[in-house]
Amino acid sequence: MTVPTITPYRSAVPEGRDGFAQLVRAEWTKLRTVRGWIIGAIIAALVTMGLGWFAGVGGASSCNSVGGGPARSGKSCAPSFIEGPGGEPVTDNFYFVRQPLAGNGTITVRVTSLTGQLPIMNNGRGNPNQQEQFRPGLQPWAKAGLIIKDGTTPGSAYAAIMVTGDHGVRLQSDYTQDTPGLPGAVSPANPRWLRLTRSGDTITGYDSADGTHWTQVGSVRLGGLPQVTQAGLFTTSPIYQSLTENFGGGSNGSEEPSTATGVFDQVALQDSRPPGAWTGSYVGSGDFSPGIGSYRQAQDRFTVTGSGDIAPVVSGPSGPGGPVITIANLLIGTFAGLIALIVVATLFITAEYRRGLIRTTLAASPRRGRVLGAKAVVIGSASFVTGLVAAAAAVIVGEDIARSRQFIFPVSWATELRIIVGTAALIAVVAVLALAMGAMVRRSAAAVTLVIAIVVLPYFLAIIAALPDSVADWIVRLTPAAAFAVQQAVPAYPQVEAIYSPAGGYYPLPPWAGLLVLVAWAALALTAATTLLRRRDA
Amino acid sequence: MEATIEVNGLRKRFGPVMALDGMTFTVQPGQVTGFVGPNGAGKSTTMRVILGLDAPDQGTALIGGQRYQDLRCPLNHVGALLDAGALQPSRSARNHLLWLAHSQGLRAKRVDEVIGQAGLESAARRKAGGYSLGMRQRLGIAAAMLGDPPALLFDEPFNGMDPEGIVWMRGYLRSLAAQGRAVLVSSHLMSELQDAADHLVVVGRGQVIADTSVASLIASASGDRVQLRTTARTEAMTVLARAGATVAVTGPDTATVSGLAAEQIVTVLTHNAIPFSEVSAHRATLEEAYMELTRDAVEFRAAAPEEASR
Repeated sequence: MTVPTITPYRSAVPEGRDGFAQLVRAEWTKLRTVRGWIIGAIIAALVTMGLGWFAGVGGASSCNSVGGGPARSGKSCAPSFIEGPGGEPVTDNFYFVRQPLAGNGTITVRVTSLTGQLPIMNNGRGNPNQQEQFRPGLQPWAKAGLIIKDGTTPGSAYAAIMVTGDHGVRLQSDYTQDTPGLPGAVSPANPRWLRLTRSGDTITGYDSADGTHWTQVGSVRLGGLPQVTQAGLFTTSPIYQSLTENFGGGSNGSEEPSTATGVFDQVALQDSRPPGAWTGSYVGSGDFSPGIGSYRQAQDRFTVTGSGDIAPVVSGPSGPGGPVITIANLLIGTFAGLIALIVVATLFITAEYRRGLIRTTLAASPRRGRVLGAKAVVIGSASFVTGLVAAAAAVIVGEDIARSRQFIFPVSWATELRIIVGTAALIAVVAVLALAMGAMVRRSAAAVTLVIAIVVLPYFLAIIAALPDSVADWIVRLTPAAAFAVQQAVPAYPQVEAIYSPAGGYYPLPPWAGLLVLVAWAALALTAATTLLRRRDA
Repeated sequence: MEATIEVNGLRKRFGPVMALDGMTFTVQPGQVTGFVGPNGAGKSTTMRVILGLDAPDQGTALIGGQRYQDLRCPLNHVGALLDAGALQPSRSARNHLLWLAHSQGLRAKRVDEVIGQAGLESAARRKAGGYSLGMRQRLGIAAAMLGDPPALLFDEPFNGMDPEGIVWMRGYLRSLAAQGRAVLVSSHLMSELQDAADHLVVVGRGQVIADTSVASLIASASGDRVQLRTTARTEAMTVLARAGATVAVTGPDTATVSGLAAEQIVTVLTHNAIPFSEVSAHRATLEEAYMELTRDAVEFRAAAPEEASR
C-alpha cells in the first residue's frame, strides 16, 4: 500500500468555545453586517415616528360648524373640558338640591321613583327650528340619589350614592370610581333607601330596601375636603346618542340631551348645625349648559329633574368630536414599522435558506435548537431597542407637537411608560414570531405574507371598523393583534355608556393579557419551528 | 484516530430515489481521498450526512469515533466546503468569516490568518456577492480552515477554477494531507483528481464501486497485459509459459502476455535469445479506469429507473 506511516495533524490554534453566548454573538455579527437589514430597522423606526408626529399635527381642516362663528382651526376647535381631581376630563352636569353640611354628618333619603324622557332622534337631519320632542324612556345610566360635594364648582371632588336606570344602586366618587350596591330598578313598590356618612375625609355609602336593614356599599376617601361641604339630592341623565359606525371607519351620529326625574322622601340631614332650607340649582358647564333641571318640594316629597352626567369623558366614537386624541394615536405608525421589522426578522433566517447558508450555520453549530434560540434573542433584542426608540420618540415628541394643536387625553407617567415599553415588547415578540414562521416556511415572501396576515391584517380590520364590533373584539382577543391592547391609553368605564371598540382605541383584554396572547403565539411558533428544524434535513 | 472519517452502511431515500444505498468507506489521515462518481451518485448527500446536516435512514458516519452532532466546537474537528455560493451576497467576506469564528469563540486574528492563506487579503472587505466563483471557492476554503481542523471535506472544489487555480488547489490539497490531515475531495471528473488524490472512493447509485489506491486502480484497469511482437512466436510462448505467464495469440507474429511485467518478459526473452521487435505495456489512464468502473452504474441508472423506485 502507498499509505505511509503518518502522524495525525495536531492544530496549533487554541480550541474555542461553542456555548450559547458565542452563538448569540455570531448571530449578532450576522445581523449587523447586512446593511439592508440595518436600513430596514431604521426605516421601521422612522415610519413609526413619522406617522406618529403626523397624527400629532392632526387634520389641517378648519372647523366652522359650531354656532356659525368665525372659522377656526387647530386647538381652538377642540372642546374645552373641565378636569376632575385626577386631572382627567370629566362631565359634571346635574341638578342639585342642596344645603351646607358642616363637618361630619349623615344624610339619608328614600327614592321611590326614577323615570325619564328621551329625545326623538331624526338621525341628525332634524330641523333646528323644530321644538325638541321627547318620548318616555330612561337612560341606563340615569342617576338619582345623594351627593356630598366639595362645592358647586364643576369638576370638584364628590362622593354619591344613587339609584340608576338599569344598573341598580351605585356608590360613585371622583368621576372614575364606581361600586355596585343593591341591584334592581326602583319603583314605589320597590323603593331604595340611601345613606351617605361623612367622617373626616372618609365618606361611606349604605343602601337598604326597607330603611331598617342597612348594608355598607363601600367607603371612599376624598383628600382635602373642606370643613363645610354641599350635600343633598341630585338627578341627572346622560346625553342620548344615536351612532352608526361606517364601514371603513368613523361614525355618524347625533346627540341630544335626555332627562330623568327622581322622587325622594324621608330626607334626613344630621350635622352639627340646625336644619336649613334646601336650594336647587343646575351645576354644570359646556355645550349643554345651562342644562335642563328643576325641583319641586311638596312637604316631605322632593321631585328632582335633571340632565347631564357626573362621569369621566371617554374617547373614541362616543367621545367628543374635534381634534381630540389619546397618546395611542401617536403610535398609529406601529403597524408600518412592524411590517418593515417583520421583513427583516423573516429574512434573518429565510435568506440563509435561500442561499444555502443555513448549512454553514448548522455545521458550525449542530445543536439546532440553540441556533434558533440565539437568533430569537438577537432579533428580539434588536427589535425591542428599535421599537423602544421609535415609540418613545413618537410619543414624547408627538405629545409636544400635538399639545398646541389638539386636546390629548392626559395619562399618568406609568400609563405612558407602559404604552412605550409595551409597544417595544409587541414589536420584539412579533419579530420573534416572524423568525419562527420564517424557519418553518423557509421562503421569504410566503413567511412575510403569513406574518402580516396574522398580525397586521387583523389589527387593521379591527381598527378601521370594517367588521361588526363583536367580531372585531374577538379578533383582538385571539389573534396576535391582541397585543395592541398595550397601546390602550384611556380605560373603558363601565359606568359610562359608550362604544368601546378597537376602532376607538379600546381593547377587550387588559394590556398585559393582550401581550400574553401574542407571546403565546410566538412561543408556539418557536416550539414548532425548533421541532421542524431538528427533524428536517438542512 | 481523531481525524479518521468512517462512513458505515449509510442508506437514505429521498422520496422515490435511493440516494444512499449502503455507502461504506473510510477516509484516512495523511492522504487525499478522492470521492468520485457521476452526478447524483450520492457524494454530496454523503458529505451532508457526515456533517450532521442530513439524517441517514440507516448507518453511521463518525469522525474520530464521534457523531458530528456530538462534537464540541465542530470547526476545530472538521472543516467543510459544501457550496461556495452559500453566502449572504451583501455581507463582506471578512464579516462572513467573522460570524463563523464568533460561533466557535475563535478570535478575529484567526480570520485574518485564513484570509491570508487563501490569498484574499485585497478582497476581504468587499461584498461576497461580487466574488467570482473561483474567489468564492477560496473563501469557502478559508472558512473550512478557520478551526485548523484535522479533517477536511471539499465538495467539488475545482468547480469554476481556472487552470492556474486548479494547479494551486491540487498542491494545496496535497500539502494539507502532508501535514497529517484527512482530506476528502469530491469530483465528478476524475481528471481533476489526477496528481492530487492518493486514494479513491468511486461511487455510483449510492454505493461504493471501488475503494482503492490510485496506483492499483490504474493497474487493474490496465489488466497487467503486455503486447509482444516477435518472429519466433512458438519459442517465445514456450519460455514465457515456463516463466509463469499466460500467452494469448493475437496474430501471426503478435501475442498478449499477462502475468509478467514488461521488464520481466524482456529479461526472459533475452536470456533465451529469442528475437522480438516490440514489448509494450498496455497502460490505462485514470480517466479510462474510472469510465470502465462507472459505465455499468450509469447505464443501469438510465435503463432501469423503476428499479430505483422500488
